Amino acid sequence: RFLSPEFIPPRGRTDPLKYYIERKDMIQRRKVFNIPEFYVGHVLAVTTADPCARDKSKRFVGICIQRGGKGLGATFVLRNVIEDQGVEICYELYSPRIQAIEVLKLEKRLDENLMYLRDALPEYSTFDVNMKPVPRMDHEEIPVNKLQVRMKPKPWSKRWERPKYNIKGIKFELPEHKMKAAQKWSQPWLEFDMLREYDTSKIEEKIRKELSEELEK
Amino acid sequence: SITGACRAIQKLTRVRVVDNSTLGNTPYHRPPKCIHVYNKTGVGKVGDKILLAIKGEKKKALIVGHKMPGPTMTPRFDSNNVVLIEDNGNPIGTRIKTPIPYTLRRREGEFSKVLAIARNFV
Repeated sequence: RFLSPEFIPPRGRTDPLKYYIERKDMIQRRKVFNIPEFYVGHVLAVTTADPCARDKSKRFVGICIQRGGKGLGATFVLRNVIEDQGVEICYELYSPRIQAIEVLKLEKRLDENLMYLRDALPEYSTFDVNMKPVPRMDHEEIPVNKLQVRMKPKPWSKRWERPKYNIKGIKFELPEHKMKAAQKWSQPWLEFDMLREYDTSKIEEKIRKELSEELEK
Repeated sequence: SITGACRAIQKLTRVRVVDNSTLGNTPYHRPPKCIHVYNKTGVGKVGDKILLAIKGEKKKALIVGHKMPGPTMTPRFDSNNVVLIEDNGNPIGTRIKTPIPYTLRRREGEFSKVLAIARNFV
């Protein structure tokens, strides 16, 4: 079953009591307001309350590029291109200003972080503001979109061809010698480093039990 | 255009003029650059006035969006956007197509005329 990534506490020496109290507050907020299950690559529409907007509320549609933060400060960044201008807004999941989150299109992408969409051609980030929600067929699988994105000519904001970012969703049209030169920065020993291991399976089970108990009350 | 480390608007940043004025849209061999920011710190954020050098002339302008990430829930644009303005606050162009953040609405007194010609809000 799906567990939102902000419930998993980060690795560290802080007292687990702090994370327990935060989780209680997060569950309290989820009881009042439904936060749907979503991953990076979904197209969402968020309505927030704002005193300086007409009708006091504003709606933004965009593709989720990244989900960051743990606990109550969990954020997600939505990106869209409106009138040839790329706009990104970072929303806090548990902010009381958010009035509704709707998932318009469900699809996972090949990467966890779609920041390279800033350097891709704008057609890959444009989504219609009045898009109708695509109806979901099965209640089990979320389709993975194996789209290979074409990029604008270099220079990019980050050197996405380097193995540190481990991006599979870009169609690199760079010459062979550049791709080989980028592999110089690969660190193949990182995946075997035992001090960096963080096994979350037991923590996740405990948190899932807690969640299911609290949400049934 | 790409700035260095700051990503908000300071002296010598190249900006993009967003309204439909002739000064902003006629091509010139040098991009419009900021020469002064009317702020205690030299860094301009959304809603600050700056001095631009366009086509060999000096013109005041209002910042409507920058590449620097601001407070959460505020939009971050992919280019540094600017609207040309007179000294008394009247915009020179007649229409602004690109989206403008809602935070400018808070200062309705100074920017009412700029907000009146704006089409999209984000």
